Amino acid sequence: MCLGVPGKITEIYEIEGLKMGQLDFSGVTRETCLEYVPEAEVGQYALVHVGFAINLLEEEEAQETLALIREVIAAGEPDTSEVSEVSGYS
Amino acid sequence: MKYITEYRDAELVKKTISQIQATVTRPWTLMEICGGQTHSIIRHGLDQLLPSEVELVHGPGCPVCVTPLELIDKALAIASQPDVIFTSYGDMLRVPGSHGDLFSVRAEGGDVRVVYSPLDALKIARENPEKEVVFFAIGFETTAPANVMSVLQAQRLGLENYSILVSHVCVPPAIRAILGSPLNRVEGFLAAGHVCTVMGYWEYLPLASEYQIPITVTGFEPLDIAQGILATLEMLENGQVAVKNAYKRLVTQQGNQSAQKIIAQVFEECDRKWRGIGTIPHSGWRLRPEFAQFNAEEKFNVQDIQAEESPLCIAGEILQGLKKPRQCSAFGVECTPEHPLGATMVSDEGACAAYYNYRLGD
Ligand code: SF4
Repeated sequence: MCLGVPGKITEIYEIEGLKMGQLDFSGVTRETCLEYVPEAEVGQYALVHVGFAINLLEEEEAQETLALIREVIAAGEPDTSEVSEVSGYS
Repeated sequence: MKYITEYRDAELVKKTISQIQATVTRPWTLMEICGGQTHSIIRHGLDQLLPSEVELVHGPGCPVCVTPLELIDKALAIASQPDVIFTSYGDMLRVPGSHGDLFSVRAEGGDVRVVYSPLDALKIARENPEKEVVFFAIGFETTAPANVMSVLQAQRLGLENYSILVSHVCVPPAIRAILGSPLNRVEGFLAAGHVCTVMGYWEYLPLASEYQIPITVTGFEPLDIAQGILATLEMLENGQVAVKNAYKRLVTQQGNQSAQKIIAQVFEECDRKWRGIGTIPHSGWRLRPEFAQFNAEEKFNVQDIQAEESPLCIAGEILQGLKKPRQCSAFGVECTPEHPLGATMVSDEGACAAYYNYRLGD
């Protein structure tokens, strides 16, 4: 149940005051509530849990993270501290 | 599939594992909080690829596993009533209560229906005004946004025949309970990526500093998990205490604020019993008194049901990272996914079921 899945937003509309949409999950389309991602637009990907989008996927972050992982691996450095953000606690 | 396939790249996972090997100089014990991560780790055999110094223990983050026995008994009591349609996520139907499960209630003529979302339950309530429709609202912070929205929508639509049986639990108090136990062995945590998608990771900063323990927000695909392990081990090896975010495509420090706002409007904090573990202070959410009319426990007057666990089952110790499924004498013998004694054998996200499904031969 905690395994949310990313789906692509193909349509956005409203039903009884709720922002809803059609999301495509690799060919399977499902109606999803978009109330928690008010800024969502068609074409974006959202992570969906039990019929609700709980966040949009950040395309840029995703590409950047993958690029960094590949870079670090290619350089053979065991340091990926850039990949993750240290939040100022120590 | 976009955002999934890239994170299953075997080459990148292997390379990350080599980095882990190069980083580790001594034994460390890490806990992955979430049952979804446990499932992924065992399914992809990640734990077997790790150097022998790194031990992963499985945490309590499976909502099916920790929903307390009396809540299951309350669900059975409500679902058995004649004018009730009882709706639930599929995995709850086989969770054993003191006497039977929701499947057995259905076999005896109870109207028990599996739904994918609480909005489906709401729809059933509108279509069946002569019936009481109850939704079994279990879960961690990830399912809370859906559950609270169903209550708000029921209120908006004036639906008087809809209520929820709430058993919500939260991750940070569970981490606190594990770290506060004298038996604790966990030295670093992989925090659950989707819980943090909703809640952010601001709650983990004081935890890390209070208990001097590194925490990494981690996703669910093999590469995500390997990167989360690597980041945590680097902190441990360097003596660094911090909260890192290895799931930046979904998680920010502040999380989804509109979801947090709505949750706080409908739910309030409460002490909550965890199956096999016991009561953890401030570890749950319940409906605020203003929403009492949507509270199934009150509506059906089942507040006082109490229950006792099977003495064979050691799921509580497994959920706290103290034992592994194979240390249970009932594992694979009296207890199988077809005849589960404890909830960790029921759900795909439960440690016992994950070992049973992928590791029985070992
Ligand atoms: S194998 Fe079954 S009885 Fe043993 S701990 Fe797991 S769920 Fe409980």
